Amino acid sequence: MIDDAHAAPRRQAPGSAMTSEASMAAGSAAAPRLDLRLTVNGKERSLRLDPRVTLLDALREHLRLTGSKKGCDHGQCGACTVLVNGRRINACLTLAVMHEGDSVTTIEGLGTPEALHPMQAAFVRHDGFQCGYCTPGQICSSVAVLEEIRAGIPSHVTEDLERIEFGEAELRERMSGNICRCAAYPNIIEAIREVQEQGA
Amino acid sequence: MKFDTPAGPNPSDRGRVLGQPRDRIDGPLKVSGRAPYAYEYHAEAPGAAYGWILGASIGKGRIARIDRRAAEAAPGVLLVLTHENAPEQGEDSDYAAPQLQGPEILHYGQAVALVVAESLEEARAAAALIDIAYDAAPGHYDLAEERDQAKLPESGQTPPRTDVGDFETGYARAPVTLDVTYTTPDQSQAMMEPHASMALWEGDTLTLFTSHQIMHWAQEGVAATLRMPQEKLRVVSRYVGGGFGSKLEVYADAVLSALAARLLGRPVKVALSRPLIFNHTTHRAATIQRLRIGTEQDGRIVAIAHESWSGDQESGGTAEEASSQTRLLYAGENRMTRNRLATLDLPFAGSMRAPGEAVGLLALECAMDELAEKLGMDPIELRVRNDVGYAPEEGPAKPFSSRKLVESLRVGAERFGWEKRTAPGLRREGRWRIGLGVAAAVRPNLAQPSQARLRLDGQGQLTVETQMTDIGTGSYTILAQVAAEMLGLPLEAVTVRLGDTDFPKASGSGGSWGANSSGAGVYAAAAELRGMIARKAGFNADDAVFEDGGIRAGNRRIALADIAGAEGLVAEAGIEFGDLSEKYAQASFGAHFCEVAVDADTAEIRIRRMLSVAAAGRVLNPKTARSQCLGGMTMGIGAALMEEAVVDRRHGLFINHDLAEYQVPVHADIPHMDVIFLQEEDDKSSPIKAKGIGELGICGVGAAVANAVYNATGVRLRDYPLTLDKLLREMPAAAA
Repeated sequence: MIDDAHAAPRRQAPGSAMTSEASMAAGSAAAPRLDLRLTVNGKERSLRLDPRVTLLDALREHLRLTGSKKGCDHGQCGACTVLVNGRRINACLTLAVMHEGDSVTTIEGLGTPEALHPMQAAFVRHDGFQCGYCTPGQICSSVAVLEEIRAGIPSHVTEDLERIEFGEAELRERMSGNICRCAAYPNIIEAIREVQEQGA
Repeated sequence: MKFDTPAGPNPSDRGRVLGQPRDRIDGPLKVSGRAPYAYEYHAEAPGAAYGWILGASIGKGRIARIDRRAAEAAPGVLLVLTHENAPEQGEDSDYAAPQLQGPEILHYGQAVALVVAESLEEARAAAALIDIAYDAAPGHYDLAEERDQAKLPESGQTPPRTDVGDFETGYARAPVTLDVTYTTPDQSQAMMEPHASMALWEGDTLTLFTSHQIMHWAQEGVAATLRMPQEKLRVVSRYVGGGFGSKLEVYADAVLSALAARLLGRPVKVALSRPLIFNHTTHRAATIQRLRIGTEQDGRIVAIAHESWSGDQESGGTAEEASSQTRLLYAGENRMTRNRLATLDLPFAGSMRAPGEAVGLLALECAMDELAEKLGMDPIELRVRNDVGYAPEEGPAKPFSSRKLVESLRVGAERFGWEKRTAPGLRREGRWRIGLGVAAAVRPNLAQPSQARLRLDGQGQLTVETQMTDIGTGSYTILAQVAAEMLGLPLEAVTVRLGDTDFPKASGSGGSWGANSSGAGVYAAAAELRGMIARKAGFNADDAVFEDGGIRAGNRRIALADIAGAEGLVAEAGIEFGDLSEKYAQASFGAHFCEVAVDADTAEIRIRRMLSVAAAGRVLNPKTARSQCLGGMTMGIGAALMEEAVVDRRHGLFINHDLAEYQVPVHADIPHMDVIFLQEEDDKSSPIKAKGIGELGICGVGAAVANAVYNATGVRLRDYPLTLDKLLREMPAAAA
C-alpha cells in the first residue's frame, strides 16, 4: 500500500479492486461497486467504486492525486476544479461513475515542479497564491477560462456577444467561482493576463 | 541569543537576498499540486480508515439518549464513538480539547459522535444512522440582550480596562464631543483548507499530521488531551491551507483521529466538513462599541473613551478586545477603555486576523471621520493633529520604537489623489455616486522566542529546520532569504523544512509575530554557524565576510563547502526577546485609502480603487509582504461589506454555515489594489529589524471603505456589514 503522494500514482490493472474496498466488502451488506474506466492526465485508469464516491474523492483518495483540493465539498469554493474533456468542473459535485470514458486533467497533469505549465509558472511569478490550497483549482479554472473566451462562450458581464474581450472584468467574473481567502485575486488576474498575452 | 539592546549594523542589512522580491521557494510544489496538506499523507500513514464527525444539533442542553447500534452495524463501519464509550481524556484547558466526555452540550456543532469506516462514504452514511434525543435548554445567544450582564474579564491578551486622567470630566468640558455606538457581527475565518488530521500510532508514539498554526501549541494540546508525554507525540503541518486564527486551537479532528487510530491499531484520518467548521470551531465574536471623543475646537483630543462588549462561553472567557488599539493610536490626556465580556451559549469565541484591532478600528476610524466632519476638518488633518510619539497611556517615558503614521497618511494622500475628495454626496458619474475614504492602521508588534537548526553540507548546501509554519505567509521563502543573506549563499543553496515538532521549537504563525520572530531565530542560528565556520577555517569571525558561497578575510577565501567537509556543520540556536518591548512601544502603522462607487438606485457598492501604505519595519520580501497586505485589504473589504455569521437566536447557531451563505470577497469584488511600503528599519524590534505585517493589512481597511461609502452617499451606517438593505433605506432619492 505504500505509495508516494509526490510520485505519479501506480497504474491499476483494469478491473482490479483497490485493497481497501475488497476487504471492506467482506461480511456486511456493502453498497454495490461499479466499474469505471477513465483517462486521467493521459493515462487510462480502471477503478471499482462505491457509486457515492465523487470524482474528487476518486482522484484524491483512490488515485492519490491530492492536488485537487476539497475546500467545501459543496461546489461553493472551486478548490476542486478539474478539466473534464477540456471543460472545467467542480469535481466534488459530480459522481465518479458518471465519468465513464471521460478524460480528466488535474493540476498534476498540467505540469510538474520541474516542468511547469505556463499558467503555473505565471502564478509563481506573480505570487498568485499564498497558502496554496485554492491554487490548483484557480489554475485549472484559469486555463479553462482562456479557452472559454477563445471559444466565444459568453459570461454575465459580456457586452458584445460577437467579440468577447479578454479584459479584467471578464476574467474576474469568470474566476469568481474560485474563492481565495488569502486573496491573491489581483495577482491571479495579472498571471492570467500575462499568459493570455503571451499566447495571443 | 538574547535580544535586549537595539540592533547595530549586521549581516542581515546587506540586502542582497533579504529584502528582495523573490518568488516563493515553495511555489513550484504548490502550483503543481505536490505540496501535501494534512489529509493527504497517503504514503506516511498508509491504509488510513476514514472518520466522520457528527455535531450537536442543539445550542445548549444535554444528550438524553444516543443509540449507536445501527451505525455500528452499517457496512464498512469499524468504530463508533460517543460519550458513552469514548476514552477518558485530560481536563479542558487553554490547550487541551477533550471530546465526547459527557452528555452536556455547550454549543451547536460540538462533536457528539465519531464514526470510522473503511471509506468516507460509509462513515458519512453511518453517522446519519446514529439516533440522538436531546433535552434542549434555553440559551443566551443575543449580545445586545446580554450587554448589561457583561463583566470585565479577569485577564486577556491586553488589560480589560485602562484609565488615564479623568475621562468623564475631560469629556464634559470638551467644546466638541462625539458619542457614537458601532456594532460588528460574528465573523468566520473561513480559510480554504478545512481542519483535518491523520493519526498514526507506532507503539506508544503518535504522529499526527494536522493543520495548525503553532506546532508546540498543537503538541501541548493534543498531549494534554490524550494524557501522553509530549515527547511521544510528533506533530506535522508542512503546509497549512490558511489559518487566520482558526488553526491556533485543537479541535475534534485531531483528538478523535488519534483516539480512534489507537483503538483500531490503524491510521485514521478525519476532516471537519465545511458546514461543521462554522459552529464547531472558533469565530471572531460580534461587538458593540461605544466611542466618546471630546476635542478642542482645533481638533485636539482632550478625552477619549472606547468601550467594547462581546460574548463567549463561560469556560471560554475570550473577549474581542476591540478597544485595545485606542490605547495606542491618538493623543489625549483623559482616557478610558473597557473590553467587557458577556456570557453567551454560542460556539467558542477565538482569534481571527488582528483580533481586537480589526473590528476596533471599524468603530474608531469611522468615529474619527465623523468627528472630522463635526469639526469641519479634513480627516487626515484631524489624525495628524492627534499624532503622538509615545504610548499615549504611558507618556513620553515610553516612546514608540518607530511610528510613521503621519508619513503613511501624507504619502497615501498624494498617491491616491485625496485632494479630489468632495463633500459627502456630491460626486456623481452617471448612475454611480463616488466617494473617497481614509483610515489609519495600527497593529502592535509582538515577538516570541524562536529557534532553528542550520546544517551546512559538503556541497555547500544549507538546510534550515524549525517548527515554524507557513500558512501562506511566506515563511519558507523569507527564512531561506535570512539564512542565505547571513551565510553569503544564493537562495537556491538553501532548503527550508518547517512544520514538524522534530525540529527546534519556533514562534509559529499568530499575532503577526511569525516572520520577525522566526526570522530572528534563523538569524541567531546563522550567527552561531558563522562562528563555527570561521573558527574551523581559522578566521576571526568579526572580520570575515561571507559571500558568494565562501568566507573571506583580506585576500584569503575558502569555500563553505570545503570547510563543512563530508561531516558537515550543524548549528542550533534561537532568539529570546528582552525588555525592549517594555522600554519602547512597538507597533506597525499604516493608512488605507478607498474609492467606492455606490449605485444611486440599488445601493450596490463597488470598490473602485484601494491603496494601503504600510510602515512595518524592514520588509523581508516585498513580493510576499505585498500579498499579505492584499489579503488583509480584501478581508477588510469583506468585513465592511458582506461578512456576517448570522446568529439563529432560536437554536443558537450560525445559520449560514457554508461558503455560499457566509459571503467572502471573490474575484469580481476586488479590483487591482496598490500597496506602498515606507522605508523603515526598526532596530528595537529584532536583529533583522522587521515588524509584523500580516494583520496590519486588515486593520482599518473596513473603516476606509465605510468612510468612502459615507462620502459617496452622505449615509452613515454604524452596523456592519454595510449591506444594501441597510444602505438603501437611508439613500437619498436617485434624482438628487
